[in-house]
Parts: sequence; structure tokens; C-alpha cells
Amino acid sequence: MATNVALSARQDPNVQLDKRSILLRRLVVRALDGGARGHIGSSMSLIEIMRVLYDDILRFRAVEPDWEERDRCILSKGHGCLAQYVMLAEKGFFPHAVLDTFCRRDSILGGHPEAEKVPGVEASTGALGHGLPIGVGRAMGLRIKGSKARVFVITGDGEINEGSVWEAALSASKHRLSSLTVMIDYNKVQSAGPTAEILDLEPLGDKWRAFGFAVAEVDGHDVEALRRVLRSVPFDRDRPSLIICHTVKGKGLGFAENDANWHHKSSIKKDLVEQMYDALEAL
Amino acid sequence: MRPTCIDKVFELAKRDSRVAYIGSDLDPPLTRRMREEMPGRAFMEGVSEQHVVGMAAGLAMEGFIPYVHTIATFITRRCYEQVAVDLCLHNLPVRLIGNGGGLVYAPLGPTHLAIEDIAIMRALPNMTVVSVCDAEEMKRFMDQTLDWPGPIYIRLAKGYDPIVSHPEPGFEIGKAIVMREAPGPRGRVLIVSTGVATTRALAAVDALVADGIGCTIMHMHTVKPLDTDALVRHARGTDLIVTVEEHTVLGGLGSAVTDALVENLPGAVPALKRLGIPDAFAKKYGSQDDLMEVYGLQPPQIAQSVRDGLRCHAA
Repeated sequence: MATNVALSARQDPNVQLDKRSILLRRLVVRALDGGARGHIGSSMSLIEIMRVLYDDILRFRAVEPDWEERDRCILSKGHGCLAQYVMLAEKGFFPHAVLDTFCRRDSILGGHPEAEKVPGVEASTGALGHGLPIGVGRAMGLRIKGSKARVFVITGDGEINEGSVWEAALSASKHRLSSLTVMIDYNKVQSAGPTAEILDLEPLGDKWRAFGFAVAEVDGHDVEALRRVLRSVPFDRDRPSLIICHTVKGKGLGFAENDANWHHKSSIKKDLVEQMYDALEAL
Repeated sequence: MRPTCIDKVFELAKRDSRVAYIGSDLDPPLTRRMREEMPGRAFMEGVSEQHVVGMAAGLAMEGFIPYVHTIATFITRRCYEQVAVDLCLHNLPVRLIGNGGGLVYAPLGPTHLAIEDIAIMRALPNMTVVSVCDAEEMKRFMDQTLDWPGPIYIRLAKGYDPIVSHPEPGFEIGKAIVMREAPGPRGRVLIVSTGVATTRALAAVDALVADGIGCTIMHMHTVKPLDTDALVRHARGTDLIVTVEEHTVLGGLGSAVTDALVENLPGAVPALKRLGIPDAFAKKYGSQDDLMEVYGLQPPQIAQSVRDGLRCHAA
């Protein structure tokens, strides 16, 4: 049953998903069909964030995933990996057909991303609260090396319940890591229910500002708004940047939006796959 | 051992620009030295072990070799998932320096006693676990940490422990050192020990040899990967094997030795006795030596345990 989650003032209820956003969601459904399981709601809320990063912002070479000058993109909410997998396929890190093998025994694509297996994945995540400390270390390392590469860490909202996130936030601020940008996929529904009920994060922007970050908020499904805000990082040359992306859990699948029951599904049958395709068709 | 270890980090940092140092909240003079001796590559990050280990992983992903230093309980228990996922799963060359392994912090009580650090570190794939016996051996070991692949847990003892190691056998991570071999007419005993328990075991041998008991002391400075070849070679045909460790008997050196013998000497495992800390939190304070005595790990007690073990075996 859908949770009553009010849209943030930053969110435009009239923002329409364009063809590319729908295509990317269809690719997620393709992988869900292949693996017969997956984090549906958590991936769908993340699509535009990953899309804009890979289409417009990140510097990378798909044929040379370890290119030294690449920007480092760490998906700390590893359970949202389908959104990253489809972008990596789109960008040529691996063929689209690999999406069909999601979670199968010999696949490179597991239910959480592994750096050793997946070209383009910078860190193995899935255990929550690990990406930001790693991102701080990488940003420090890049600074020592004199590199201009940037670090982007994408976290979930439930994820930032973890104390390690706030330990790392203190450190990022202390070191004035302006090359570091953190994006929060703030869909306001975690695995067990609304974040406001489980462990309220508000006032979220004020918390990050108090921890020394330069903060912006954006509609996380508005592609143009995401481009604008991401093209303007760092917001401050002496501070790390934080972008609160207001999103909708399960975005694009009307029957699953804002519903914690769609956080993850296993034993996905063909009729559900068809239902997901139909919902996207209707957009 | 502790100052020697940290001195070696600084020495390595001078000779290799990949070396970085991360402390949490120990020893302000250290911070000054770090800034002087390895500018830009030394960090004091505060009491935030989860973050510190993740940050070390991030630095290692960028090609650095971070040495992370804090109290042993906090660098193992507190951030165990970060050690497992960030370091071991990625198999990164991060060195965890655990200050005060075992019973060193006896007066501070169970929160500070790292009695299961070897067990929990040893359980993680890709982790190497090393517990040297004195400062001189620490020097030889630290030189080898630069290019060792994967993470290492380095267990520090109290510091200023008696020097019992010798340069002659050299030092190789994963290769046990036979510290003493004394034959005797009344039985053949192999004592396997690690860390400063080796010092106690060596001190126990004279009394045993005086009793006519033949003893071999094998110093297993690397608990993982265990030198199974050397262990099995020396174990074959002995009357009794005794393991000695300043660590719980669950999952540490004694368990590692037992596992290796059961796997490699099927049907021919000699009698085995494991000396260590029982499966309980410490109920007393005092000094490290006090607690060693409480747990039967001082030289006369080790000697007596060997005699008792031999008697049981003979019976």
C-alpha cells in the first residue's frame, strides 16, 4: 500500500519523464525480468540522477574504465545498482545483453555492485554507509596526486541513518574537499516505511550545512534541473558539495510509487514484468 | 615495539611516496612528527574508526599504502564491517596497526582488551595477521609490509618487551621461525606460539629441558597465512603440541594450528593442548603480567602445562 508522502516544494508535480528516462526504466525492467528479483523502487527513484551524471557530467572512458583522469562515481546505495547498470550498458562498459543475466550464477551483475566484476564500478557497495568514507579517501588521494578528477558519491536516504556517513561528513568538511559531491536520493521511503517515521532526517539541508557542506536541493527527476545543479559544482571552493535530490520511490511505476513494499521484490513473474512495461507505456 | 613500528612507518614514508599514515586520536607528539616527516600524507582523523578504515580504503584505491593506527579493540571490533568490505573484499594494501593487542590494557578493563582480535581478523578472506615478538623483529617485518598484497593486521604488544628474536633466520611473512630446538630423553614437545607469548614460551623451555623434556619452540609470527608446511613437518612424530597465545582459545593460533593438523595429518594428529585466554571477559585488572598469570601464561605455568600434557599423553 502506498505511503502518504508529500511532494517537496522542490518537486514539480508536472515534470514528465521523457523518452530517454522511460527507455532507461525499460532497461531496468529487462534486468528485473532476467534476474526475477531486484530493488525496484530504490532503482527507479535513482534513474535521472544516474542518467545526468553519465550523460552530461562525468568524465570517463568506457573502453578504459581505469583511466586515471576519470571522475570517480561511487554508488553508495548499492541496492540501487540497476540504475547504474543500465547507464554503464548505455555507455558501452558492457553489452546490453549482460543486463539479462542480472543475479544469475555466473553473471558479473549481482544484486549489489562489485568493483572487481563490473567495469565502471568504483567500489563494491551494498553494506550501507561505506561509500562516503571511501569517497573522502579517494578525494584525498587524488588531491595528493595533484589530479583534477572529481568524486561523486550517491547515497540513499535510509542509508544516512548510518553513523559512518556523519563521521565521513566531518572529515570531508575538515579537509575542505571541494572535489567531492554527495547526492542524496531522497525518496523519503526506506525499506521499512517512510523515513519521517523510521528515523526522521529533517531538517536535512540544515544538518549538512552544519556539517560544513555547501548544500543545494533539486527535483531529482527534473533532468534539466539536475544538469544545472551538477554543472555548478563545487558550490564553494572551500567546501564539499551536497545535493538533496527530491525523488519518488518507484518513480514511473504508478502502482509502486511511494510504496515501501516495492523496495525490493523477489520471485518476479512474467505478469509483473508485463505490468511494469505497461505502466511505463502509459507515461 | 610500538614506537619501533611507528618509526618504521615514517621511515617507509620517506623512502616511498605511496605510504600514508592515518591515526585516530592517539599521541599528540605523533601528529607533529607526521606533519614534519610525511607532509600531506599523514592524517589524524579523530575517534571515527568506521570512517578511518573507509578513508584508508579510498586512499589505497588511488594507489597509496595507508598505515592506520589506533587501539586494537577499536580497529578490529568497532569497524569490522569496514575492514571486511572496504579492505578485504577489495583486497587493498591497507595496514591496520592495533595498539595493545591481548592483555596490554589490563588496568583499563574488558572494553580495551583485544582478546579476540586475531580470531576475527583471521576469519576474513584476504586478511594477513601478524604478531611479532619484539621490536627487532618488528623492524624486519615492517620492511616487508610495503609490497605485500592485500590488507595486514599488525598486532602490537606493550612496547619495550625483551628482545628474544635473532636476525639470522631473517623474516618472511607467512614463514614460521624455529626459535629453539632442544632434544631430551623424556619426550618430544612442539610449542607453537605467537607475539610476546613466544617470549614466555622460550622462558619456559629451560626448566623443561632440565627435566629432560625435548622441546622445539616454533614462533608463528604470521597466524594467517599459517605456515602449514613447517608446522606439519615439526608436528609429525611429536608426543605433544602446545600452542601458547595471549588471546582467547576460540579462533586464534590454537584453532589455526588444530585446523591445519586435522587437515594435513589425518589420523596422526599428536596430542594437543591449547594455552590461552578462556572464553570469558576478564574479571580482574592489574598489569598485563598479572592477567597473564591469571590465565596460566607465565613461563612456570606454561612449563607445568607441558609436563601435565605429557603425563596425560603417557597415561
